[in-house]
Amino acid sequence: MTKYIGKSVKRVEDKRFITGQGKYTDDIKMPGMVYAYILRSPYAHATVNSINIDAAKSAEGVVAIYTGADIPEAIAGVPCGWQVNFKNGDIMKEPPHPLLVRKKVRHVGDGVAIIIADTRANAKDASELVDVDYDLHDAVTDPKAAAQPGAPLVHADAPNNIAFDWQLGNPKEEVAAALASAAHVTELDFVNQRMIPNAMEPRSAIGHYDTAYDKYTLYTSTQNPHLTRLLMCAFVLGLPEHKVRVVGPDVGGGFGSKIFHYIEEALVVWCSKQIELPIKWTCDRSEAFLTDAHGRDHVTNAKMGFDADGKIVALQANTFANMGAYLSTFAPAVPTYLHGTLLQGLYTTPKINVDVTATFTHTNAVDAYRGAGRPEATFLLERLIDLAALEMEMDPTELRFKNFIPAFDGVEQEGYVTQVALQYDSGNYAPVLTRALEMVGYEAFREEQKNQKGDKLLGIGFSTYVEACGIAPSAVVGALGARAGLFESAQVRVQPTGKVSVYTGSHSHGQGHETTFAQVVADRMGIPLEDVEIIHGDSDSVAFGMGTYGSRSLAVGGSAIVKSIDKVLEKGAKIAAHLLEASTDDLDYAEGKWTVKGTDKSVGFGDVSLTAYVPHNYPEGLEPGLDFSSFYDPANFTYPFGAHVAIVEIDKETGFTKLKRFIAVDDVGNVINPMIVDGQIHGGLAQGIGQAMLEGAIYDETGQLINGSYMDYCMPRADDFPSFEVDRTVTPCPHNPLGVKGAGEAGCIGSTPAVVNAVIDALWKGGHKVKDVKMPMTPERVWTAMQG
Amino acid sequence: MANKISVTVNGKQYTGEVESRTLLSDYLREDLSLTGTHIGCDTSSCGACTIHIDGKAVKSCTMLAVQADGCEVTTVEGLATNGNLHPMQESFKEEHGLQCGFCTPGMMMTATDFLKTNPNPSEQEIREALEGNFCRCTGYHNIVRSIQLAAKKMSEAV
Ligand code: FES
Ligand code: FES
Repeated sequence: MTKYIGKSVKRVEDKRFITGQGKYTDDIKMPGMVYAYILRSPYAHATVNSINIDAAKSAEGVVAIYTGADIPEAIAGVPCGWQVNFKNGDIMKEPPHPLLVRKKVRHVGDGVAIIIADTRANAKDASELVDVDYDLHDAVTDPKAAAQPGAPLVHADAPNNIAFDWQLGNPKEEVAAALASAAHVTELDFVNQRMIPNAMEPRSAIGHYDTAYDKYTLYTSTQNPHLTRLLMCAFVLGLPEHKVRVVGPDVGGGFGSKIFHYIEEALVVWCSKQIELPIKWTCDRSEAFLTDAHGRDHVTNAKMGFDADGKIVALQANTFANMGAYLSTFAPAVPTYLHGTLLQGLYTTPKINVDVTATFTHTNAVDAYRGAGRPEATFLLERLIDLAALEMEMDPTELRFKNFIPAFDGVEQEGYVTQVALQYDSGNYAPVLTRALEMVGYEAFREEQKNQKGDKLLGIGFSTYVEACGIAPSAVVGALGARAGLFESAQVRVQPTGKVSVYTGSHSHGQGHETTFAQVVADRMGIPLEDVEIIHGDSDSVAFGMGTYGSRSLAVGGSAIVKSIDKVLEKGAKIAAHLLEASTDDLDYAEGKWTVKGTDKSVGFGDVSLTAYVPHNYPEGLEPGLDFSSFYDPANFTYPFGAHVAIVEIDKETGFTKLKRFIAVDDVGNVINPMIVDGQIHGGLAQGIGQAMLEGAIYDETGQLINGSYMDYCMPRADDFPSFEVDRTVTPCPHNPLGVKGAGEAGCIGSTPAVVNAVIDALWKGGHKVKDVKMPMTPERVWTAMQG
Repeated sequence: MANKISVTVNGKQYTGEVESRTLLSDYLREDLSLTGTHIGCDTSSCGACTIHIDGKAVKSCTMLAVQADGCEVTTVEGLATNGNLHPMQESFKEEHGLQCGFCTPGMMMTATDFLKTNPNPSEQEIREALEGNFCRCTGYHNIVRSIQLAAKKMSEAV
């Protein structure tokens, strides 16, 4: 029986947040603290001739100023954590990403100097006195244009700006032959536009070098404290890892953008050693726009072929992926192993080839943004299949049902092996769409749509997806180019009084781990939830961690906790057996006590815990203490799936599109806390819908980000959405002990194409047979589509 | 230039010197260490810094500290009274109206003022009232539910 698992337990972390006591990095103050401001390039591509800091140095409150020339040559810059090879086997181009530029700036926002002063305002004031002499050059910002001959070069040693090219799947000729003999081919050119993550807490970092202990501490708004420490120590600053503590305090959202190791983190740490003072850097929102790793930015041509019956026979996808000016930590993995590998979708497509060219441009780096690659894959597949249904005059849901992979649970039936290198763990795809159609009232909607008159157009759009999360077996990702393992660690420390401290390498930035993980621990150990404390985010207390991203925390981090609990209970049973003068085989453990089978003789968890630490009457040869660590390396990715439906209404006069309803039925495996899972879905939906309707970074041809503020970038607001209608089915993951798959990104992965498809459906039904409306689908773009 | 100001914040009187250019949001965070008021932007768009001035919701980054001289300020730290959570705080917890918590103080300060003028709002009115407050985590869904619940609790209390 479970007391907590499956229940919407209210979050234990909320108390501090609703009373204003959350502790985010910028909230931390230390004696003697000074403040850093980073002077950034206003140009996308320029040679730095000289930097004059004389006037700035003597400005009020200035403590120190460093430029690229002050940083030792040995500190080359921040590394990339994932290696992808060219098709010909050559290693990707990996130009250094220096902490501060030495010769050339390569995007607006590239760091030129760091100014440290007694107050933030004084540091900013002084930065205006720094005189930088630039020689300007032409810039390129579009990922496809960058690869054309004659485009301005971002790095001299990356010809045609190509970072790498890559392909996966069946041979191209086989796919081409299948397309040539297909009864119908749907082809689409589209852009999956660049997104700006916009976590509400701007990034912040505090570097502190403690002379007494010769020890460094970095507080940083990160999803990933241990990896940041590893990268910074081993690959950037060359510091001894045991002398460096990295703490991620409360983190105000991340959505991917706080996974990566950023130059500012290494800079404040390095500078704090030079001046022996704690240094805080917190970015302004405008800086966040320019320097938080962006997401998406794919330019794609794709073709999907069907036989006369509507069965998919082949898929060819060709994509240019924008890397920005430098390779961010996981950037190469996003358009390749997190995108190409998902192009099977939930369909039986027998021939698939995906070809990706990743290019450098004079823009900020692009990396994982909520969903990372899987939204791009889903967008590609779901736009094509909905468009194909319109072109072939078939019902878009029927076309999907016809092509779904039949159900498999991964236990009785083998996992499904795709054409693109993965084996899905378990899936049962038809029921999510069936349930979504019920919720929509599909037939009634089509009737209403048919009878629609007047100045509005109604449309319905679908998206069914499968994604990969719980990233992932270390050996597999290693073979695919990851330069890190992707396991997770957990320590379960039982205190002498039977209270339990759990140290996890997962690191919440809003997901509610302190509650969900405690539910798992309390149930598995049969103790009250209040007796469990979840500790995360501090490299000095948590043994190791790979952090939170890729919807991996519960599937990987939770499984590591379960492993440690099993060890605790196994040892506990030995102590209990000794106290009860029984054999461990004769004991049952339930509701916090061990009982001798068939008797009422029992001993409680608290007594056993105390005995472990006061081992007077104790099993011979058994070590004292009750404290276990585990590392869990998953057997496979997990594969959640779902069906999303959007209903839109377009105003014929203005092109204004109103999202009337949004229905999401997701299957994320077993659910520990339904309230939290629903919340994750809601948030993901808003971001996915935001991409379809409102958001998108715009660089002009000189490389200026022209909508780099909240006055210009259209952040989704409360009145842009209806209430979401969500439900789920449950297909457990067969290969982790909790049967969970992960819910953090599903909403964002499924929703975007559903909205675009709804607009296209409305337009077709209104007699405008357009293939695409570019995202974000502004009223102007939708209106223009209606004029054709 | 330093200016002398005197403000009452969460019922406590503070007197001190501030630079003319210091924003009220910075004064609260840096001088008074009331870090529950968050700063999420530099264009007065996001609402994370929302507080009450003489009972009205105001984005504290749109005001200079000197302008608050003589005012009654309430920040999120002052929302609970005598250790009892405000119904808005309870409702955010009960309806899962927060994830990372960064937007939450501003959301609650905007919402409590809004309910004063519109104690029984429709869903659409709530959504419109939140136009100046961004949340990136929740999709606003449960924030709306939280405010609906708070409205119910508060009308039952009177
Ligand atoms: S910080 Fe005041 S509105 Fe954003
Ligand atoms: S809860 Fe994270 S921004 Fe609203």
